[in-house]
Amino acid sequence: MAKHVNLERRRQAIYGWLLLSPAAVLLTTFAFYPSLATLWTSLFSRETRRRPSEFVGVENYSDLFADPTFWTVVQNNLIYAAATIPISMAIALAMALWANSKIPARGFVRTAYFTPTVLPMIAAANLWLFFYTPGLGVLDQIGSLFGLPSVNWLGQPETALWAVIIVTIWKEAGFFMIFYLAALQTIPEDLKEAADIEGASRWTYTRRIVLPLLMPTTLFILVNALINSVKLIDHLFILTKGGPNDASKLILYYIWEMAFAFFDAPQAAAMTILVLAVLGIVAGIKFTILDKRTHYQ
Amino acid sequence: MTSSEPFVRVENVAKRWNGQLGVEEVDLSIPRGSFVALLGPSGCGKSTTLRLLSGLELPDEGTITIDGRDVTTAAPSERNLSMVFQSYALFPHLSVAENVVFGLKVRRVRASERQEKLRRALEITGLLGYETRKPGELSGGQRQRVALARAIVANQPLCLMDEPLSNLDAKLRASVRKDIKKLQVDLGITVIYVTHDQTEAMSMADIVVLMKDGRIQQTGSPEDLYYRPANTFVAEFVGSPPMALIAGAALPGFEGYDKIGLRAEDVQVVEAGNGRLTCRVSECEFLGSETFVGLTHSSASGLTVSMPGLRNIPAGKELEITFSDEDLHFFDSSGRRISPQTGAIDI
Repeated sequence: MAKHVNLERRRQAIYGWLLLSPAAVLLTTFAFYPSLATLWTSLFSRETRRRPSEFVGVENYSDLFADPTFWTVVQNNLIYAAATIPISMAIALAMALWANSKIPARGFVRTAYFTPTVLPMIAAANLWLFFYTPGLGVLDQIGSLFGLPSVNWLGQPETALWAVIIVTIWKEAGFFMIFYLAALQTIPEDLKEAADIEGASRWTYTRRIVLPLLMPTTLFILVNALINSVKLIDHLFILTKGGPNDASKLILYYIWEMAFAFFDAPQAAAMTILVLAVLGIVAGIKFTILDKRTHYQ
Repeated sequence: MTSSEPFVRVENVAKRWNGQLGVEEVDLSIPRGSFVALLGPSGCGKSTTLRLLSGLELPDEGTITIDGRDVTTAAPSERNLSMVFQSYALFPHLSVAENVVFGLKVRRVRASERQEKLRRALEITGLLGYETRKPGELSGGQRQRVALARAIVANQPLCLMDEPLSNLDAKLRASVRKDIKKLQVDLGITVIYVTHDQTEAMSMADIVVLMKDGRIQQTGSPEDLYYRPANTFVAEFVGSPPMALIAGAALPGFEGYDKIGLRAEDVQVVEAGNGRLTCRVSECEFLGSETFVGLTHSSASGLTVSMPGLRNIPAGKELEITFSDEDLHFFDSSGRRISPQTGAIDI
């Protein structure tokens, strides 16, 4: 009897490991190993023709902290995240609430909102280049109708980062709206009716019922928006290339520059590790604090 | 307010969707403190009628008056009523207590008063001790009671219930049925209750409104519907088993009537040669204290005889039945009840 139970247990264990192995192999090859290799690389000096690579400990990190460009880039990225995350989420929610109500041409509205998501970021950036171009661009054309002077939105340090931020919000809001729209459609119609009977206004219903029920979706979108605020840099290549004077340079773009323009792989690796650490801390906060305060159905 | 004035009055109300029939020519007058059941098969318009009363739908024609006030186009919250939904419509992220006081909070009732009303509502529904639970952590019966507590907490004089028991199992349904009836009597509220289950309607209601295809077929007390069905639809809907209908031509002396109705308890089996109809047994349904024996006859439908105790009569066996003339119900060719003496429409 015991033998049979043991055999069964072992069979279950093997079964479990077999189910886990494809994901384990892929994650190890493409996520865990590269992360560890990056950490390893970040601890060595840059290899040149005259000097071979040698172990330098945290020297790459201290170099980075002494680099004023790094701090500019960090600041840019914080502004970028602080602007794109809440604004794109707020617009997404507003659009979803509107596209979920009984309006004429609802299908068209939803499609229109979703269109930016389908465009590749490079194409979207080219589109916005056409808006922003001084003199020829749509923004300047409209401005000139009102007698406003021509503005080089992408070419001056004060506006370049904000011009990039607007493109990101435009691109992301429609994507996030789809998630909100899907979540809104899972809220049963009779909750609204029950609230109506009790005399709750539209605003009370939205604030006390809809928003709390959307919390899991909000959290999911928040995580996505956060990842995108680090990850989404395609449009920089088209619009500003990080300029002028690093005004619109973001961390991932700087990492790319470090690795493939300045060929300083260890510095790039050190910066990558810092980004991973920050994202790891955020994930920890999400799983420990925010999840406890969210109602999952 | 005089007692002759109905508390809820519905006059000639109609609701149509894109020309499709919702309800038509609905007339109701409901006295204060009564328990009214809207009964009918699915799609008959009973839920639509309830939603028109609640204000969740607005009628295309007619007027609705509650407590002497015309509320035909008033918002749901202006009608001084509460509602229990079929799905209970509890807010899943709020605790039992928060669900119950939701409406009081919306109406800005003081916190101390809110607490007292909450306690009373939970006490009546037997939910004390469950205040902090979420609906997801409750059983079906408990959720149902939360919905009831939410309906009674505000002390509204009118409560609408849309099939509140249909998600409960049969045993629980019987006990909650009694609880709801007791609650209605104790609180002295008027309840309008939608159901497709005639047992619920017959056992709880003072007035039953039977509907079909968007029109009211009969309004009356449960005994009225059972003993004096207004037409063949009511006859064949109410009662278990429902009334059998026999073609008038099959009964000597009653050829002038189109259909003749007969209840199972009024049928007796007699020895061969003494019966008024000769039928074949189609099935036996044993219910413990009695057995329903289903019979087939070429010019009758739904013939059943109730026999005491367990009977096992093989299908296909011939049985002769008899019945007395005063137990018969008569219907004309359009299905309406007519009086056997005068031949006039009898309702």
